[in-house]
Amino acid sequence: MNAFRTCPTTGLKVHSQADALIKANAVVATVTLLIGGIAALLVLLTRWQAVLLLDAEMFYRMLTVHGMNMLIFFIIFFEMAVLYFASAVLLNARVPAAWLGWVAFALMVVGTVMVEWTMWTGRADVLFTSYVPLRAHPLYYLGVILFAVGALVVVGHFFAILVVAKREKTYEGSVPLVTFGALTAAIIAAVTLLHGAIIYIPTFLWSLDMMPVDPQLYRLVWWGLGHSSQQINVAAMVAIWYLLGAFTVGAVVLNEKVSRSAFVLYILFISMASAHHLLVDPGFGPAWKIWNTSYFMYMAVMASMIHGFTVPAGMELGMRLRGATQGLFGWLKRAPWGDPGFSSLVFSVVVFGFVGGITGVTFGTEQINIIAHNTLRIPGHFHATVVSGTAMAFMGVTYYVIPLIFRREIAFYKLAKIQPYLFAIGMVVFSMAMTFAGTFGVPRRHWDISFSMAPFQPEFSPAVDLIIGVMAVGGLLGIVGGAIYIVVTVVSVFFGKRIPEGESGLGMEGRGLPLGITNPPRPLTSADDGSDLESRGWLGTIPGTMVLVLIFLLAFITYYFVNWNLLSFVWRVG
Amino acid sequence: MFRTGIEPPERVWWKKVHKTEKVWVWIAFGWCMVLFAMMPLWHARGGQNPSGIRATVGADAFRDRVNEFIADYQVGTDGNIPVVEPPPGSDIYLEAAMWYWRPVLRLQRGAEYTLHLSSLDLNHGFSLYPLNINFQVVPGYDYGLRVTPNEAGEFHIVCNEFCGIGHHLMVGKVIVIDPPAAADAGTPSDRADVGSDASADAGGGR
Ligand code: HEM
Ligand SMILES: [Cu+2]
Ligand SMILES: [Cu+2]
Repeated sequence: MNAFRTCPTTGLKVHSQADALIKANAVVATVTLLIGGIAALLVLLTRWQAVLLLDAEMFYRMLTVHGMNMLIFFIIFFEMAVLYFASAVLLNARVPAAWLGWVAFALMVVGTVMVEWTMWTGRADVLFTSYVPLRAHPLYYLGVILFAVGALVVVGHFFAILVVAKREKTYEGSVPLVTFGALTAAIIAAVTLLHGAIIYIPTFLWSLDMMPVDPQLYRLVWWGLGHSSQQINVAAMVAIWYLLGAFTVGAVVLNEKVSRSAFVLYILFISMASAHHLLVDPGFGPAWKIWNTSYFMYMAVMASMIHGFTVPAGMELGMRLRGATQGLFGWLKRAPWGDPGFSSLVFSVVVFGFVGGITGVTFGTEQINIIAHNTLRIPGHFHATVVSGTAMAFMGVTYYVIPLIFRREIAFYKLAKIQPYLFAIGMVVFSMAMTFAGTFGVPRRHWDISFSMAPFQPEFSPAVDLIIGVMAVGGLLGIVGGAIYIVVTVVSVFFGKRIPEGESGLGMEGRGLPLGITNPPRPLTSADDGSDLESRGWLGTIPGTMVLVLIFLLAFITYYFVNWNLLSFVWRVG
Repeated sequence: MFRTGIEPPERVWWKKVHKTEKVWVWIAFGWCMVLFAMMPLWHARGGQNPSGIRATVGADAFRDRVNEFIADYQVGTDGNIPVVEPPPGSDIYLEAAMWYWRPVLRLQRGAEYTLHLSSLDLNHGFSLYPLNINFQVVPGYDYGLRVTPNEAGEFHIVCNEFCGIGHHLMVGKVIVIDPPAAADAGTPSDRADVGSDASADAGGGR
């Protein structure tokens, strides 16, 4: 039996074990997304003080369930699928040790089940950070360890696939940029998971009363895991940006050197990231905080600003080369907004940059953190990064994975088309409202901000009630978007119309296939060197993008200095 | 020739960067340097920094210090929490534990105090409401922050680090009073709204 099939759409040769491993990881990712999503609804309806659905104990339990399932299980299972896709599929390579892939998968599933069991039975009401000396059942820590070991094995497997592909010359020259991005994610993952082992193994022993763990040291090493893993998400997300750009509008890579160097910056400076969470901690001095929170003078921020430019610029140039040359934004007008892969990509870039990126850098400034730490500003920030950015990109790429890997049409395609809009608009409203509520000092992870049972009742400004209401509406909209995503993917994968073997989907509009498959962008030839494009001075051949990033910069500068100004009004402290 | 991100690049991809892209890379670099420079600059010129005096302290030792502090400066109780009014410039101690802040502090506007924060059990979060000043309180560590209240009024301390099922019950209080007219500076203010029922169990109780 031939272990490979040739993808009729892309011409790539796909190993059957790559297919199977991608499917398995993607399916479990979706299951954990569902669990996390149900918890999201419950948590949201509790934080909406007017509803206050759960009691305190259930609230913290469901918050733990939400954090673990979303941030750890959903994201990482999906990333495992991305790693197999970016290596084996994009490089036409075989999976050298499929059994190892299944061992890793089993470890991760067993770890997940252990953690779920401890959480749902109330043995781990510690939130996903499980700050020592808060204590969970030992199986909780053991579950996380098994999960991390499994993920580490997949990372190793990914490296092995790259080596085999190179040796067997399944591709020419260097790996594609998307694979390079996934490689970046994998390298960071290796470092991160090592931090995970360093912290969870002692903590597991501590939970068995076998050794002490210092609470401050725990926070330091835990965030070495916790924040660096966000950089895995960022790298994987950026890789998917380039991937979706290529699929949907034939986005080109402006300059491989620049984009690859930006990925290298991620690798170099990531391990410093844990400082973001320790800026107002007692254990560290200002020099350490400044140096580390800025990841060596903001070099990782610079990398993101570069990708935030090259991705839209590549889309603009790709479209201009194919004739969308009108005005500054003619290319945006002609873009395939009805392709859920494309709309997800655009929202992911825009919300990640404008909301997530700007707030993140601002709150991660040593002194500004004083007016942000542990307020709702923080979940406001990361629902714009890891949710509207990473999860949104993952959702978008699913609309291509279903036809290309699962070989099914997308069910309820009309719903799928509006899904990115609902999710993105909902999450933007939700995270901005949350961030705004946080500027009033509303704490995160808090069951009762009316403090009705506390010895004193501080009263929040009446504006807060309104803002929390807006947050709830945005969150509900986002949950509807998320629910549609789950229904569409589950129905497509299990009951969707099969795409016959050898069928490329070309020209088959009106079926459940995204435009990038039915009407893919025309392949470029060496004649498309851009020499006939109008160049507008220093705006060059990508004037639209240049204008957009300058607007971004202006928003960034404004928000950043407004926050310094807010800080300057509070008590002197030092 | 241009390629997409899913195609292997041309053999030699180390190419000259296009002018527009270069402009943006330099703009980004410049902005990152501004971001970096602002932090040391604020240490030199700004009034709000999280530096503090940092030391380790055991739970028992910290509790003793808090008790001593309360014994020295107690002027009353609020509910069953002692209220203290320490002299300007002094070291003041705030104990965080499941699920209370102790004592209630009465401070003078414009005076500097060194506020020592520590926890007897879990991590807690010091969040001064409605100012939105936030610090992490970590067991085993003494965070000594020099604070200068800049307005009179009643403030609350909300716990914003999850510390178990009673997390939302953990609210403390800080009262800032206007400095007394020059002559009687240093004596506890008689404008106290809580000073009348100073109880015998000063410093104890819990
Ligand atoms: C429609 C979707 C979602 C809604 C409405 C939602 C809502 C919420 C709410 C209300 C909180 C509680 C904030 C607090 O009290 O501190 C929260 C926390 C959180 N969410 Fe989401 N969320 C959604 C999706 C996601 C996704 C997709 C992820 C990750 C990929 C995610 C990751 C987290 C994390 C890590 C926390 C923090 C938990 C903690 O503080 O322990 N959320 N979310
Ligand atoms: Cu607390
Ligand atoms: Cu608390």
